Amino acid sequence: MQAYLTLTRREAGSFFCSWIGYVVLAGAMFLMGLSFVILLDKLQGEPTPMPLTELFVGGCFWLIVLCSAPIITMRLFAVEKSSGTFETLMTAPVSDWQVVLAKFTAAMIFYMLIWLPLLACVLTLRYFARGSSLSDPGALGGSYLGIFLTGCLYMAAGCFASALTRSQVVAAMISFAIGLAFFLAGFLGGPLDLQQGWATQALHCINVMDQMKDYARGVVDTRSIVFCLTSSLFFLFLASRVIESRRWR
Amino acid sequence: MMIDVCNLTKNYAGTTAVADVSFHVERGEIVGLLGPNGAGKSTTMRILSCFIPASSGTVKVAGLDVFTQSEEVRRRIGYMPENNPLHQEMRVREYLKFRARLKGLGRARSRERVDAVLAQCGLESVNKRIIGHLSKGYRQRVGLADALVHEPELIILDEPTLGLDPSQIRSVRQLVKDLGRRHTVLLSSHILPEVEMTCNRVLIMREGRILADDTPENLQKTVGKNGHLIAEIAAPLQELETCWEQMPELSHYTITAAEGDYHRCVLALAGSHDLRPKIFALVVERGWKLRELSRVRHSLEEVYIRLTRPESEEETL
Repeated sequence: MQAYLTLTRREAGSFFCSWIGYVVLAGAMFLMGLSFVILLDKLQGEPTPMPLTELFVGGCFWLIVLCSAPIITMRLFAVEKSSGTFETLMTAPVSDWQVVLAKFTAAMIFYMLIWLPLLACVLTLRYFARGSSLSDPGALGGSYLGIFLTGCLYMAAGCFASALTRSQVVAAMISFAIGLAFFLAGFLGGPLDLQQGWATQALHCINVMDQMKDYARGVVDTRSIVFCLTSSLFFLFLASRVIESRRWR
Repeated sequence: MMIDVCNLTKNYAGTTAVADVSFHVERGEIVGLLGPNGAGKSTTMRILSCFIPASSGTVKVAGLDVFTQSEEVRRRIGYMPENNPLHQEMRVREYLKFRARLKGLGRARSRERVDAVLAQCGLESVNKRIIGHLSKGYRQRVGLADALVHEPELIILDEPTLGLDPSQIRSVRQLVKDLGRRHTVLLSSHILPEVEMTCNRVLIMREGRILADDTPENLQKTVGKNGHLIAEIAAPLQELETCWEQMPELSHYTITAAEGDYHRCVLALAGSHDLRPKIFALVVERGWKLRELSRVRHSLEEVYIRLTRPESEEETL
């Protein structure tokens, strides 16, 4: 446990030692602020019963997730492998799982941090438009749960991608590809909808885009929670296997 | 017994890095692993430090198997890999604190140990500097401090003086010697004087095999045999030649011209008998002039070169 906490702390801290961390923070903050301003502008013209978070999730949310996930996770293992510190890390008395979980946790902490400005946006709106359905606390809670679960999935996939290679660029590309595949699966569900069958159902279950819309509305579906958590665990398991593979190669 | 390696073999895809190696290291010894590049030194050390497993054979550290009791073994080992990788963005004290906590030391204990190793490795003056901004010598010391911070029973150093300047090498060497009083040390190197001066025992490796395992002195004796004499004598060449021909204690000799009237004779000895008094007496008797007479023992370097020379080269010589 001590090793896990020590590692998590170092990993989380290292995001703030490189410019990458600040670039991601600044980029995400800019996109969030921009979409907030655009939404406010739209809302002035036509009132809507939808909460702000739902409007937001339809907008730049996915851009931020798809772009930030590879950038946040690409360095986790790739840097350690290319600089050789992986060897000092793995010859310390820590288990593979502790390392993988610590890196994943650190990535999650940083990822959740970039979503703080959204809270500020919603609270600002709540202050100025009291009682409006725009800033429904249930929808806000649901959104954050959705953000967290989607983050788990994307960060776990990123961890796995980073463990595969010693090049950060390759790690980022792999994790972007995995992330994009999950995102696009949502679009695939549409055309296939005419023929009901297991494929449509499966696509529906992994449709992270629709799931996120539900969360943002304040609707929490256990199926999507189970999907996100199990697939995250699966990717983390794969990552730990990749780490372990040096032992049986 | 600290290290017990038995029939260790390691195959990488297609190539054998370490082939059927066995050796033991007792507690408190400083053992040097010597060999040319690609001899299997680093691979052996990586296996000992539980980074990679062996293909076959057993490796035990302090009686624990490195594969099945890996975490226990890692607790007892301080390992510094080749090229000494460090987190460049961290500060010296912060890094050592992190490593100490990672290796399972408590809060108070880790503070105490970090202070101790900072002093031991002469890092107190740079303890707040960022590692990436330090000179190579200081970085090397940070790596050593990291290996020492949890007071391991066994310290494994892979090329600890790689890329250092002579004065830095000297300070690292002194540090290793000091370590030998309380810990068991296994270090690898291809720099001979370093091993000769610091280690109680030398293992010479080539192509994944151990060719020699002895103290530096014994190695010199067994492989270098008797050594040779060098004498610079002012005498007619003819006379010198006949003299050496008639001396049964010499196996062969070479004579080259030196400055002035002197001839430089390199005399290879057949036995271990010291010929110097006899040669001196001869010079006096003949009324020659002598300006140098010395005995040259084979240095470890020659032993090493002889042992690690590829077989094909050996035949041609």
